[in-house]
Amino acid sequence: MTTFDPYAPSRDTTEGTVYSVTGGDWDSLVQEIGSTKEERVVVNMGPQHPSTHGVLRLVLELEGETVTEARAGIGYLHTGIEKNMEYRSWTQGTTFVTRMDYLAPLFNETAYCLAIEKLLGITNDVPERASVIRVMMMELNRISSHMVALGTGALELGAISPMFFAFREREIVLDIFEMISGLRMNMAYVRPGGVQQDLPAGAIPKIRDAVKLMRKNFKDNTTLLVGNSIWMKRTQGIGYLDLAGCTTLGITGPVLRSTGLPWDLRKIAPYSGYENYNFDVITADTCDVYGRFLIRMNELEQSLRIIEQALDKLEKLEGAPVMVADKKIAWPAQLALGGDGLGNSLNHIREIMGTSMESLIHHFKLVTEGFHVPAGQVYAAIESPRGELGAHVVSDGGTKPYRMHFREPSFNNLQATSAMSEGGMIADIIGAVASIDPVMGGVDR
Amino acid sequence: MFGARGTGDTSGYGGLAPTAASTGSSERPYGSYFDDVADDLERAYPLFSQAIERVVVDRGELTLHVKREKLVEVCLILRDSLKFEMCMGVSGVHYPADAGRELHAVYPLLSLTNNRRIRLEVSVPDSDAHIPTLVEVWAGNNWHERETFDMFGIIFDGHPGLTRILMPDDWQGHPQRKDYALGGIPVEYKGATTPPPNERRAYK
Repeated sequence: MTTFDPYAPSRDTTEGTVYSVTGGDWDSLVQEIGSTKEERVVVNMGPQHPSTHGVLRLVLELEGETVTEARAGIGYLHTGIEKNMEYRSWTQGTTFVTRMDYLAPLFNETAYCLAIEKLLGITNDVPERASVIRVMMMELNRISSHMVALGTGALELGAISPMFFAFREREIVLDIFEMISGLRMNMAYVRPGGVQQDLPAGAIPKIRDAVKLMRKNFKDNTTLLVGNSIWMKRTQGIGYLDLAGCTTLGITGPVLRSTGLPWDLRKIAPYSGYENYNFDVITADTCDVYGRFLIRMNELEQSLRIIEQALDKLEKLEGAPVMVADKKIAWPAQLALGGDGLGNSLNHIREIMGTSMESLIHHFKLVTEGFHVPAGQVYAAIESPRGELGAHVVSDGGTKPYRMHFREPSFNNLQATSAMSEGGMIADIIGAVASIDPVMGGVDR
Repeated sequence: MFGARGTGDTSGYGGLAPTAASTGSSERPYGSYFDDVADDLERAYPLFSQAIERVVVDRGELTLHVKREKLVEVCLILRDSLKFEMCMGVSGVHYPADAGRELHAVYPLLSLTNNRRIRLEVSVPDSDAHIPTLVEVWAGNNWHERETFDMFGIIFDGHPGLTRILMPDDWQGHPQRKDYALGGIPVEYKGATTPPPNERRAYK
């Protein structure tokens, strides 16, 4: 080292010289590294790197531009959600789980609520309208989640227009979420026993219009990327992982389906009435990033098909309940948004304060202490946009979970980073990680 | 109603005593495909009665309680002969009141071939919290075992790199054990104070 560079300082350690790079100082770094004989370089990519999908840290060992070893470091977004839930009632838990995988909040909530309903033994008592609303919301959510996967994936590989189109579509979905639940993200809309409130007036025609608009808009991204020679060169044959690799690593979701196995829990082990919808399981047989990209693109259309069928069902189920009839589980309030977009139903407040003491007691007990769930443990799994999302719930018979554990598909699938990228070029790591589509909120919980 | 037992006290306040894990065992027939799984395992694995402590069928799910010494053998048979190709990870549960078996590790298994799910459960004492690793059987258990070690302090013998994964490397303690306090500070709002969540009353 000849001169001291304040932007690229270096220090010698027992494992070699360590350089800090802050950006914009590559010239001085290249000069310094060029003067050493060492070919092997260990690069810390992240946790604050724009192409690592959030706070993911990749430790890469490079020989020139070839990755010889890749290890993922996680934990930067750990918030102790599972521990915190042990101190909150079962209903309060939905506000925690919705914040795990923040791109697929409705899937987190549904997996959690399906598990509680299994523990309570009320799986078959959940009203049909509630299940249909759940399915419709989940499929809308699948679209918005896949849109972020496609948009950011393309952006990370250097294509900016697909991101604009993808986020335009996502905005349509988030507007629907806001209309129905009052919130664009983290809505805690799915509750044990049903959903928090019924659809507002005029929701169905609005969603129908949105479906029409999205079906037209999806073509923009399709024409931009499918068959695009630059895109194909960056994605075909990249991030290869075959079926044997997927099974030993426990990989599910689009990565598993890109090996040609039509494994989709919506078809294989239907929940929430998915057996009553017509849709296809999309697969590819290329085991690579391009195959996973095509799967996500084509799943969008399947989600639209399911949403249309759900809307037809909802029209027939107009006025049906959206929460279980059991008054020891369901909140007595039929919540409705007030003029300010918040708050309780005025009719309900009038009833509990003026006429019905029983309602007041039930409301008070259920809100402050919650309902009891019989002791035992269950595992409920659903097909989230990223694969199998499993909720392992243990109850000791109390009003709070004894132990909550989420088998997060992002957490599990991120382990495939090494298998997908070792031996390839450093530039292809970005595509491989993007095709796993990890969401760090889900990985770290 | 609302969990009141005997005294008629409907406040439901039950103190903070943690309860023990279930101890019962289910009798045959187990129902569903569970009998087939148990039969196939008994046929493929002659030491079945020594390795499997209990078989529990609850809420349509089968749990096999496996002795830790036999865990790897049983898992190899389950993977190769019974076609449970995937393990969906490990989840720890801490039962401080279950003397001698305080720490439980729960493994949900999935068979792609037969579309079946079962669950394995291994219990170990707190004083000797060692379980053989399953990374050699299902490589995907690597991070799950690291997480369970991080959160519960269960040591998975033979794991290729058993380090903390979610908490910082120099963290003290294992946060999801029941004797690890949640912590928190009281919140004051308009003169009233709300205690931190771990000090609020629990209802049993």
